[in-house]
Amino acid sequence: MSRAEYLSPPQARITLSTFLKSKHAVYVLPSITTVLLFVVWELVTRLFSIPTFILPAPSVILAQIAPWGAVVAKNAWITLFTTLFGFVAALFLGVLLGFSIGYSKLANMTLYPLLIGFNTIPKVALVPLMSIWFGIGTIPAVLTAFLLAFFPIAVNVAIGLATVETEMQDVLVSLGASRFEIFQKVGFPHTLPYLFASLKVAISQAFIGSVIAETVASNGGIGYVILTASSNFNIPLAFLSLLALAVMGTVLYGVFVLAERRLVHWL
Amino acid sequence: MLELMFWTMVHASEIIDHALGNPIPMADSAYLSTPAAIGTESVLEFTDVGLNYSTRDRPMVVIEEVSLTIQQSEFVSFVGPSGCGKTSLLRMISGLNPAYQGTVCFRGEPITKPLKNVGIAFQNPVLLPWRNTIKNVLLPLEIVQPHKHKLRQQRSHYISMAQELLGTVGLRDFQNHYPWQLSGGMRQRASLCRALIHQPEILLLDEPFAALDAFTREEMWDMLQRLWERTQCTSVLVTHDLREALFLSDTVYVMGPRPSRIVLKLSVNLPRPRSLEMCFTDEFHHMYSQLRQHIHRN
Repeated sequence: MSRAEYLSPPQARITLSTFLKSKHAVYVLPSITTVLLFVVWELVTRLFSIPTFILPAPSVILAQIAPWGAVVAKNAWITLFTTLFGFVAALFLGVLLGFSIGYSKLANMTLYPLLIGFNTIPKVALVPLMSIWFGIGTIPAVLTAFLLAFFPIAVNVAIGLATVETEMQDVLVSLGASRFEIFQKVGFPHTLPYLFASLKVAISQAFIGSVIAETVASNGGIGYVILTASSNFNIPLAFLSLLALAVMGTVLYGVFVLAERRLVHWL
Repeated sequence: MLELMFWTMVHASEIIDHALGNPIPMADSAYLSTPAAIGTESVLEFTDVGLNYSTRDRPMVVIEEVSLTIQQSEFVSFVGPSGCGKTSLLRMISGLNPAYQGTVCFRGEPITKPLKNVGIAFQNPVLLPWRNTIKNVLLPLEIVQPHKHKLRQQRSHYISMAQELLGTVGLRDFQNHYPWQLSGGMRQRASLCRALIHQPEILLLDEPFAALDAFTREEMWDMLQRLWERTQCTSVLVTHDLREALFLSDTVYVMGPRPSRIVLKLSVNLPRPRSLEMCFTDEFHHMYSQLRQHIHRN
């Protein structure tokens, strides 16, 4: 056995591990798995001749872009706006409530049990009620997105504030720092990682909320398209809408990951 | 943005106070100025101090009848079994622990709230993980007057001051590193720099080297001694390590088991600067065994 042959297997392993550490691996690997998934899916539907109204092949789904692309895009836009609107509202109120619960014992004791009780209610059950109060359309969808996204944000911000090390605060207190300074120098930066962790969960939740509301009480949005397409047995269109939803969700998640990396650079 | 949103609502009055905050006039002095001789002026005075966590059905007296005086520029250590209230004494000086009996005075004034001119270092270096070394060291200057007012205009002056201080502990090349990139000893040195940057009158050290290995700890004694000699700030050290207490201190107080009192006051008259070789002299051993004999378990 020559020396070169002897060395080759470990070298091969080193190239894989160096690739895993490289910047490109982050998007190359998921792209490969995505393509593989679609290929397997295509093969399975063809090999077992699964009828289109049960599971359409990816090629059939993508063929729907020509006739239905514009409709899906328009409604995806509606869903995106509804979701972001609910999400931003949840962000502001969640942060505010999280800070109150984290800093004030009174707020913690009075509000936290209510918050948990309220979170246990399935939000789908509220959509019909909201459509009675606010009519059919955007408002119930925004509210449902808000309700689903709100809880993880509030809880995580409160946890972030509650877990600041006492010694860290003592260092500042012993210097005569005011409560605001302690918050500014320690409480706020300490809470940022918790906030971002919750934002990634909350944006997916907001999407779920708005689509649920659209399927129950709306005349626009991806949820509405899926509902209409299913009732017309246009299953490929329903799948195309799901695909659009998955793409939007992933992109927004990515936005928060990037923002997190810039703002929470120390983790 | 978010900070302001919440705080303007809840703490409007405090923010106004904060914005109007009066700068405390203080003479400019060159940092790390020439050492003053250990004065006879008392800086800290404990009079009949006691600490009592008793409840109705469970008496719990931690500290009893502690009376002592700490002079200007003196280096004082407290040693004793764990749970004897050493750390509590330290917290009384810093003003973090105001519920006790008796009085603790700083230059004749009873301490009721946090003193602004103390530097503190704990066993855990508690550096802020989102700041690099030099920004961690600059933190007190963002809070303590008059530096806080001058920090923006004279930033380069303060930065070179911090760099000089980091240089004395061998961290000059690590000023842009984040805490997670530093070793335990380096973090503790950075933490000491943070405790000293605002030229405090009192340095409080709560087992600062307890988490380090034996060799690093000895290096740190030497470094702390040099820092103390240059700044001449009154220092109070709480430790479990009797050699550490002897090496660094002018006076060592031994505290007894709970309810704890001062059971021994030992003046360490070894010449300064002290070297590690001194730890192997008979004189040192004699004092060491004297301290050890007075330490009893709870």
